[in-house]
Amino acid sequence: MNYSYKLAALLSGVLTTAVLVAAPVEETLTVDEVDMISRAASAEGHPLPEVISGWHYRTDSTRALQTDSFENGGMLGVELGEEIWNTVEGTEGKSCASCHDDAAVSMASVGALFPKWHEESGKPINVELQINDCRVNNMGAEAYKFDKGGQKPLTAFVKHQSHGQPVTVDLTEGDMQQWWEQGKELYYRRTGQLNLSCASCHEKNNGKYIRADHLSQGNVNGFPTYRLKQGNLISLHNRFRGCIRDTRAEYPAAFSDDLMALEVYTTWRSQGLSVETPAVRQ
Amino acid sequence: MIRKLVLSAVSGIVLIGVVAADVTAPGDVKVENLGISVALTDQPGDPAEGRKVFANRKQGNCLACHANSDLKDQLFHGEVGPGLDGAGSRWSEAQLRTIVVNAKAVFSDATVMPGFYSLEVGENVRKDLVGKTILTAQQVEDIVAYLTTLK
Ligand code: HEC
Ligand code: HEC
Ligand code: HEC
Repeated sequence: MNYSYKLAALLSGVLTTAVLVAAPVEETLTVDEVDMISRAASAEGHPLPEVISGWHYRTDSTRALQTDSFENGGMLGVELGEEIWNTVEGTEGKSCASCHDDAAVSMASVGALFPKWHEESGKPINVELQINDCRVNNMGAEAYKFDKGGQKPLTAFVKHQSHGQPVTVDLTEGDMQQWWEQGKELYYRRTGQLNLSCASCHEKNNGKYIRADHLSQGNVNGFPTYRLKQGNLISLHNRFRGCIRDTRAEYPAAFSDDLMALEVYTTWRSQGLSVETPAVRQ
Repeated sequence: MIRKLVLSAVSGIVLIGVVAADVTAPGDVKVENLGISVALTDQPGDPAEGRKVFANRKQGNCLACHANSDLKDQLFHGEVGPGLDGAGSRWSEAQLRTIVVNAKAVFSDATVMPGFYSLEVGENVRKDLVGKTILTAQQVEDIVAYLTTLK
């Protein structure tokens, strides 16, 4: 794994110094012989002409790792998630499987349809928070803290059940439209000493290199992603926080209203792309 | 007590003498015809020092967005902004100073180039950086001196 990361860094180095041929690669993504939608027509009102998966912006070796489940380090996390799914925890003596049985059936579309409106809390809910909701209210177990316990592997396992399905977000339920508006406002808001917004990098400059990084559209269809740099699953809110931190700004808490709004809005921007969880990124 | 006050008043003056007289504060920088013709410090810019600040990821980090053949020994040149070969011929020293101090004053509010000596920054600035500029006045002068050598 380490070796292939170095190779990837080396390759992108060669690419950059060879005067930056930086367009996203023309290629189709097939995982274990299943065709994925990695380029899609954009939704009405979308500022970009075409929605393109982050996969297209990665180096040859990084892209190759995602085409084969045995090479994808993130699949270890998915397997761990499956074990957690079947493990009894909490005062009710139940596992996820006690109620939801076969995830391949009960969770088939969850990864493609979240975040969605959650009537009880009067807010959007994502997979991480739905898992916590079930742990607390249905299992008598403790909520996972952000990125801790089984949160990342179980989220990856649940979302992986929708692998290949196009991302969709239903803005007609509850106040989803308002959360979308708030997310959009945050997407274009410049933050930090460097005075950059999400759009500065992922809308205006996708396809270009920022130092060694080939900027993608910042789509969310691969989360949790497997990052070679960390050799681990990385959650969406961790990525959001990292991108905001890099503008030299204070960053919001995970699952805060701001980051939930951003998740609703960026999921809308990623609509039409296949769920790639766990996508492989640099 | 009185003596103490007098003493601190004196040291105050000395301090002001050292800091403020030589350096233009970010809010006092004057832009005319896209140029800042008066240097920000009394000490002339040092191009060799400017070359270092330009490349340093924690300081200018200009390579994040700009390619520059003069630094081809460094891996990974970005391409968010134009390549800077010949920048010293395209722009006057006063204009280069404005570009580094506050690129918005030369290009437009929409530019993604940060203002390196400006307090017009984004929201929620990291607490320890509030009221601080990315580069010091001297680092700006050093970079400007370096940019003028890129012919
Ligand atoms: C005691 C039964 C029970 C247990 C145990 C349980 N859940 Fe649930 N879960 C539910 C119920 C009830 C719902 C709500 C069904 C609905 O409203 O669609 C639900 C909903 C969900 C949903 C949303 C499904 C959808 O289509 O919107 C997910 C995801 C989920 N649970 C995951 C889990 C996971 C992961 C675990 C283990 C940590 C778990 N659940 C444990 C009962 C349970
Ligand atoms: C200074 C530039 C910059 C800014 C500003 C920025 N990002 Fe990023 N972002 C990156 C880089 C570099 C990467 C890694 C390469 C890539 O996929 O673009 C990345 C990756 C991502 C990814 C992962 C994409 C994938 O395919 O896995 C998401 C999602 C993302 N950013 C969202 C955001 C959001 C939301 C914001 C605003 C809050 C933001 N970014 C602001 C530079 C930036
Ligand atoms: C986040 C990206 C970014 C960073 C970092 C950055 N710039 Fe820029 N720079 C730009 C962009 C983009 C432009 C083009 C103006 C525009 O279109 O907004 C530009 C334009 C310029 C120009 C004029 C280019 C020409 O030749 O016409 C100079 C000179 C310049 N930058 C110098 C610097 C220096 C010196 C630094 C480091 C202190 C720096 N830049 C850091 C993005 C950046």
